[in-house]
Amino acid sequence: MHRLFRWIIGFLILAIVTWVIFFVHLDSLLEWQSLLLKRSFLIFFMCSVFCLYRVLKGPTAADRAVAIDILGILIVGFCVILGVATRRDWYIDISIAWALQSFIATLALAKYLEGRNFDE
Amino acid sequence: MNETIGIIFIFIGIVFDFFGCLGLLRLPDVYNRLQASTKCVTLGTCSILFGLFLIRGFTSTGIKALMCIVFVLLTAPVSAHALGRGAHRSGVKLWDNSTCDHYAEDKEIR
Repeated sequence: MHRLFRWIIGFLILAIVTWVIFFVHLDSLLEWQSLLLKRSFLIFFMCSVFCLYRVLKGPTAADRAVAIDILGILIVGFCVILGVATRRDWYIDISIAWALQSFIATLALAKYLEGRNFDE
Repeated sequence: MNETIGIIFIFIGIVFDFFGCLGLLRLPDVYNRLQASTKCVTLGTCSILFGLFLIRGFTSTGIKALMCIVFVLLTAPVSAHALGRGAHRSGVKLWDNSTCDHYAEDKEIR
């Protein structure tokens, strides 16, 4: 039962990515530019899967912190690509805010790794 | 024309991001993973933002993209350095085949 549930989640994610790559037409761009942006969605999906694998399987706590930092910088670029593909300009605001909170969260994680208190 | 050059810049940035995450997946040590992935992903994200600036030009969105480039270039090395220092102080071992550890030697001298 549990294993079946996990298989269903995996196939759903694969189906969504395949649908985005092959069947969504971004009509505000030229043909090859639309194709390139769809391929870029696939590559970003693979990058975030790598980061999440390192978060789940990392041997130490520092590995997980590094993977969270890298995932935060990746999402900044992903928001920019969403803004280019859909021609909505407010995605860049989301990416600026995400960069700020990712920086602060990484500094807090580094302080926690050093084993000190936060107010030192 | 500007749009074409911008999308080419965006794709170069995505390729840099991919190789950075491949380094995060495959390298053997915390410090190796940290240096590979942080450099590659920072440069790739800055290239994506510069592509957005080339597409939009000097509008409000383009200026926000330039500001975000400056912010990412200033903060990503700081956070990577803090993470490496925290990992070394929390006692994470180096890889077996690594040759030198200057930070531990400096701490012994003090």
